[in-house]
Amino acid sequence: MIHIKDLRASIEGKEILKGLNLDIKPGEVHAIMGPNGAGKSTLGYVLSGRDGYEVEGGSVEFKGQDLLDMEVEDRAQAGLFLAFQYPVEIPGVSNMEFMKESVNAIRLARGEEALSATDFLKKAKAACQQVDLPLAFLKRGVNEGFSGGEKKRNEIMQMILLEPSLCILDESDSGLDVDALQVVANGVNSQRDGKRSFIVVTHYQRLLDYIEPDYVHILADGKIVKSGDASLAKEVEKTGYAWLGAKAEEADA
Amino acid sequence: MSEQIEQAISRKYDAGFVSEIESDTFAAGLDESVIERISAMKNEPEWMLEWRLKAYRAWLKMEEPEWAHVDYPKMDYQAISYYSAPKSMKDKPQSLDEVDPELLRTYEKLGIPLHEQEMLAGVAVDAVFDSVSVVTTFRAKLEEAGVIFCPISEAIQKYPDLVKKYIGSVVPRGDNYFAALNSAVFTDGSFVYIPKGTRCPMELSTYFRINELNTGQFERTLIVAEEGSYVSYLEGCTAPQRDENQLHAAVVELVAMDNAEIKYSTVQNWYPGDENGKGGIYNFVTKRGIAETNAKISWTQVETGSAITWKYPSCILKGDNSVGEFYSVALTRGRQQADTGTKMIHMGKNTRSTIISKGISAGNSSNAYRGLVRMGPNADGARNFTECDSLLIGDTCAAHTFPYIESRNPSAIVEHEATTSKVSDDQLFLCRQRGLNPEKAVSMIVNGFCKEVFKELPMEFAVEAGKLLEISLEGSVG
Ligand SMILES: Nc1ncnc2c1ncn2[C@@H]1O[C@H](COP(=O)(O)OP(=O)(O)O)[C@@H](O)[C@H]1O
Ligand SMILES: [Mg+2]
Repeated sequence: MIHIKDLRASIEGKEILKGLNLDIKPGEVHAIMGPNGAGKSTLGYVLSGRDGYEVEGGSVEFKGQDLLDMEVEDRAQAGLFLAFQYPVEIPGVSNMEFMKESVNAIRLARGEEALSATDFLKKAKAACQQVDLPLAFLKRGVNEGFSGGEKKRNEIMQMILLEPSLCILDESDSGLDVDALQVVANGVNSQRDGKRSFIVVTHYQRLLDYIEPDYVHILADGKIVKSGDASLAKEVEKTGYAWLGAKAEEADA
Repeated sequence: MSEQIEQAISRKYDAGFVSEIESDTFAAGLDESVIERISAMKNEPEWMLEWRLKAYRAWLKMEEPEWAHVDYPKMDYQAISYYSAPKSMKDKPQSLDEVDPELLRTYEKLGIPLHEQEMLAGVAVDAVFDSVSVVTTFRAKLEEAGVIFCPISEAIQKYPDLVKKYIGSVVPRGDNYFAALNSAVFTDGSFVYIPKGTRCPMELSTYFRINELNTGQFERTLIVAEEGSYVSYLEGCTAPQRDENQLHAAVVELVAMDNAEIKYSTVQNWYPGDENGKGGIYNFVTKRGIAETNAKISWTQVETGSAITWKYPSCILKGDNSVGEFYSVALTRGRQQADTGTKMIHMGKNTRSTIISKGISAGNSSNAYRGLVRMGPNADGARNFTECDSLLIGDTCAAHTFPYIESRNPSAIVEHEATTSKVSDDQLFLCRQRGLNPEKAVSMIVNGFCKEVFKELPMEFAVEAGKLLEISLEGSVG
């Protein structure tokens, strides 16, 4: 699905990713854990092509294409989805309108026909119910006045509707109570079909009780410093990130 | 601010074509003989000419206003032609079949077919081309309901008593510099009369088109809604793309008698000039309505065109319990300048007004809201609510808000809210991450911002207005 080789990236001249390697096959779920400031969100932004994130070296191949050479919207249309850590509001643009435009933009790019209003509405209602949001949320402005937890669920709803091939979830668990956490996890699990891949970024092991990862990686100071299976997450839960050494401690502070 | 936004707002103007139509155009210049000739061309009665000449003499003594937040070189009023009409209109066509096909094609290209069977059902159109009205549709159907909808030049001849009674009753001849000029030289425009207790059976609309080079367009619209009547009226405007600036100085007067309601909507898309500020229409317009007891006047405007817009559709809330509304979207980009807003003059008791203004600035443009709310000494229990939102696209544009509040009645309540926001990189990134290109993203964000105003437009035109914003924001992405 995606091959990340020796990826180095900086923001405003400051190097954040310092040679990151990651290989993900179709259907796999990779969890990325690490202290605050390690570069987890940066990885998601660099992969999705956000302005201001300079790639200094390395390569990324996504479904056989050179990802780093593509525009943001082309990456999205090719099937890359990012669930934001801090979803932004778009006042006055209804969730429904927003999602319909984006679903159809992606369908057209895939050579499929645009969905009719009725077909879309049917799908949107189902997705809305799946993440346990009242249908009224379809009419509300994108993230406008949503609580933290509602925003996260809204991101998962979008993911369900867009049917991407690679989903990057950036702390989709932060700030959620146990019920909401379960809703988010169920949403993600429902999309695991053996082909779709996931990068689940989280600060805590808790989410991984519900979304079982195939691999767990520890990202610290811009590099993957340790990889393992689900048990690595449990280990981190016990020991914290202290063992990573002083440098990561500093970043955590 | 990201490059994508800059590119997304670089624009193209779809209505910029010139029609090859032979015209009778006056030589440039203005004096009393020009006014006499205009009046003669229109076969006007003596009183109308007198009225024009009085306006002209008043205008000569006035100074061009400089208080607005706009900047343009001094205009040479002798370099403008004050009358231009397609030759084919000389012997006034009696039906659509007699109208020059090139004229009909012009309106078709603008998306305004004038053949009744092809038109939007339920909308009657008066098409004004340079200085004359080309055709007014659905007249028979309107006449059945007793509604008069015709060019004002025709109304002066056919309904002189009505015109004489109301013209200048809301915007006096010498009201301001541009209104005085208009009163002297106005050439055409629409006249609407809705009889007592009548609900106008269809939307009325006028499409103004400036075609000739170096002409000004000075139209005058007068709408009278008798007691308990209702009318919804829409005007649209376009002009070819030319390097020279052209002046458009219109006057609109609305009279809403007791319990009447007038809804007046404008979709203004005059040529705005190029990205360097060359060319474009100077849109200096005076619009005002008087509302008698329990009457309601509602102005909705979507202003995307013109090099300079100077426009303050106002309501004089004279009767008790009368209501005034102003909903505005003003979008400026390139080198466009807009100074627009409203005046709500509360005279009667329990009068209410609502002002919702949405200014969008992009490029190197400047966008100012200027609004006056005046609570008179007799306006017991009057209320105003004003919401004034500015949206900035990019870092090189400017937004200003100039609210004036004058209250001479302690029981009156005035509320004012203002916000300024930006199309943020975060919003743009979210949209693009969801597969939308930057133009689509920006136009969606802008449309969302304007939602409260668009919902006030007649259904048929809300869609059109949304599309207009989209076209205005369209550009190439490298
Ligand atoms: N816009 C920015 N400008 C400058 N530094 C930034 C910016 N965004 C993030 N950083 C820095 O990059 C580092 C990595 O941040 P981030 O990827 O958000 O970490 P994580 O998601 O792992 O907590 C941090 O040191 C942070 O301060
Ligand atoms: Mg983060």
